[in-house]
Amino acid sequence: MPRSSVLDTGLTGAPIPVKTDKPGKILEIRNLTREFGPVKALRHMNLDVYRGRVHTLLGENGAGKSTLIKILSGLFPQTDGKISFKGEPYAPATPLDARRNGVATIFQELSLSRNLTVAENIYANREPNRFGFIREKTLYDDANRLIAELDLPINVQAKVGDLSMAQRQLVEIAKGLSRPADLVIMDEPTSSLSDNEAELLFAIIERLKARGTAVIYISHRMNEILRISNDITVMRDGEYITTLTREEADINKLIALMVGRPLDNVFPPSISQAPGSDIPPLLEVNNLSAHGFFESVSFAVRPGETLGFFGLVGSGRSDVMKALFGLLPATGKIMVDGTARRITCPSDAIKLSLAFVTENRKEEGLVLSHSVGRNINMVALGSFATGLGFMRSGAERAAALEQIRRLTVKTPSPDFMAGDLSGGNQQKIVLAKWLETKPRILVLDEPTRGVDVGAKFEIYKMIRELAASGTAILLVSSELPEVLGLSDRVVVMHKKRIAADLPASNLTQEQVMTHAAGVAND
Amino acid sequence: MTRFATNPSVKALLRQYGGLVIALIALCIFFSYQHNAFFSISNFVKIMLQVTVVAIAAFGMTYVILLGDIDLSVGSMIAVAGMVAAQCFLNGYGFPLSLIITLISGLAMGAINGILVAKLSLPAFIVTLATMGIYRGVVSLPTQGKPARIDDETWYMIGNEGISLQLIGIDFELPYMVILLVVVFAINAVLLSKTVFGRRTYLMGGNREAAIYSGIKVDRIRIVIFMLCGLMAAISGIVLSARLGSAQVNAGQGYELDAIAAAVLGGTSLAGGAGTMVGTLLGAILIGIINNGMSLMNVEYFYQLIAKGIVIILAVYLDVRSKKVHT
Repeated sequence: MPRSSVLDTGLTGAPIPVKTDKPGKILEIRNLTREFGPVKALRHMNLDVYRGRVHTLLGENGAGKSTLIKILSGLFPQTDGKISFKGEPYAPATPLDARRNGVATIFQELSLSRNLTVAENIYANREPNRFGFIREKTLYDDANRLIAELDLPINVQAKVGDLSMAQRQLVEIAKGLSRPADLVIMDEPTSSLSDNEAELLFAIIERLKARGTAVIYISHRMNEILRISNDITVMRDGEYITTLTREEADINKLIALMVGRPLDNVFPPSISQAPGSDIPPLLEVNNLSAHGFFESVSFAVRPGETLGFFGLVGSGRSDVMKALFGLLPATGKIMVDGTARRITCPSDAIKLSLAFVTENRKEEGLVLSHSVGRNINMVALGSFATGLGFMRSGAERAAALEQIRRLTVKTPSPDFMAGDLSGGNQQKIVLAKWLETKPRILVLDEPTRGVDVGAKFEIYKMIRELAASGTAILLVSSELPEVLGLSDRVVVMHKKRIAADLPASNLTQEQVMTHAAGVAND
Repeated sequence: MTRFATNPSVKALLRQYGGLVIALIALCIFFSYQHNAFFSISNFVKIMLQVTVVAIAAFGMTYVILLGDIDLSVGSMIAVAGMVAAQCFLNGYGFPLSLIITLISGLAMGAINGILVAKLSLPAFIVTLATMGIYRGVVSLPTQGKPARIDDETWYMIGNEGISLQLIGIDFELPYMVILLVVVFAINAVLLSKTVFGRRTYLMGGNREAAIYSGIKVDRIRIVIFMLCGLMAAISGIVLSARLGSAQVNAGQGYELDAIAAAVLGGTSLAGGAGTMVGTLLGAILIGIINNGMSLMNVEYFYQLIAKGIVIILAVYLDVRSKKVHT
């Protein structure tokens, strides 16, 4: 277990280094702030990017990296602060504006049309044409030249829909580089690439550097960051922490800077003991696999135990939970109360007293156009019905009011439209609709994403209470402090497998992160 | 304290249907000025008679649209139901058995639509566009394209007789068809607003993903709803064939569009998740009043089509706008 003394450096105070201007500075950001209503997604950001150098942005989810690159690529405006690009003030109004200025952004979400060929996608919206008629030959010649120059193993006449995810990502990169750019921004370009394809990308980046192009690079993979970066800027909670050169950086230091904040009193105290090893598990999962999503996952959770699941984006944590809930076909064994069970659809899981507080409340959780009460009673509907299937509206209303009180949902009445409430209150409704089923096994997938601090604390309190009353809890979160602060044990996933299953007491964020990043020594 | 949306206050009712009711009243006043025969009990009964066939089909359509789907085969199913009934009587099956077989034919056609949509994940628009043609072709199979006479006293009675009543000193006949309309409306309204099934329909239409995650068996509900739509089309076909005393191969042609118009006029969202049976009934009546009033005024049929289209666009626009302002 690597536990180095370097961890203490740079954590306190974090002075903002004002470097003297080096020649070749292409982008200078000072005091950049972006607010979404009361939320400050980015506060007083500073950044210097130089020609021919790769500048990596590093930070946990929600650190503000995406906000920063979206401002740079013209997706939304800044609230405050100064950006200068190539010595001129820079405030792109649209993505096209950014592109004309010489900023090319390669986003993680693919923006390709599946039914068009690679070449047609690369030159989308600027096809070589004469009087509006596309010049096919020029189109494919240009595309071939580009692909050859980038040295990518892709047939430009293939339909994008027939390519693998990794190949599509390479096409996306080719598209981004098809016009000369002074600054190339890459948002997690390797997240869907295998090692071989990643090598192709790194070769391209080397060529960009040699050409004098500046690169802003975002990734969670420590090894590749250390390999290709020249400068590394660490961000946390929307704030600039510090910038290191490659020579100053090492894995432990970066993780410590990234995680940063101490685990202070944001978590309510545990009100029950973790169950002893003599108590049989309530839920046991053996060798669960879903091809392409995750491989041979095994774990067990006892009544009253909170089992945390941590892993970087794409590590497969959420997919495990989906499989557990019958939403993803998987092989392996799921045992509830020591009996093997088949779960092929969510209602199977609900019958076994499982509940799944899903990650994305707007899409999977709520019917936003319906009332709070209807949403709360969505899963337990059957329990408010008479034998003939009529709704007992009195019982239904009483139950909704009880959940609203219990979870302190701030709503004028159960009739209020769910979509009009704040994120924190919406999240409480998702929780309420599952608590209404009185679950024995509760899966929480990112239960506090986009939730304000107050609501967060109340949700934490509820998790504690449920654990104390004997509910087995599976807590999936990309917020490391949350996982450590609430769990009895932590399962760490890396590259679609379980990398570690550790008791949470005395576990540090750095230890978890080393497993999650796949750089643990043991 | 307000109440649940399933049990709305007068204010909520006004907000939901206010625009529609105002449009209805305005049209009534307009037509009353234009023609003195318009404002009479006998004419209103006539309007309801004209409305019944489309309104019953529109109730079925409302469920389908609530899910965000569409059923274009309704008009064809109306014709098939009439022909099934005619063939049953020709084979001497008698009223009760003929009725049951006719209703089952509607359920079966709806089940085919539903299974294709839900189990094969085909778009409802395409599936029902295809079955619209198929069912329309099936109508002609037994008679090779000729109409078939229906000779049954009870059947005839449904479409052409009623109960004599006296209201404010005026004698009039309340047709059985209108009584049937009220009963079918009441059953559908209760099913949609008071039962678990109805609630699941709304939830699924509002957000299918969330419904799946909540353990709602969405495929099953979808199939049942297309079956319900087929059943309503069959009842509609029974009424139409009873009124005509025969099964016509082109019966109900284009009725699916009137049914969609009625549902949408009544506030049913084509995106799914919002709409009521009351709204659909009011929408169907609105269309009926426009047709009746213009016929009384001797407006040429082609002008009627143009006017009807304009009124529908206007009404839906006003409805959409008023809801935007309120929420």
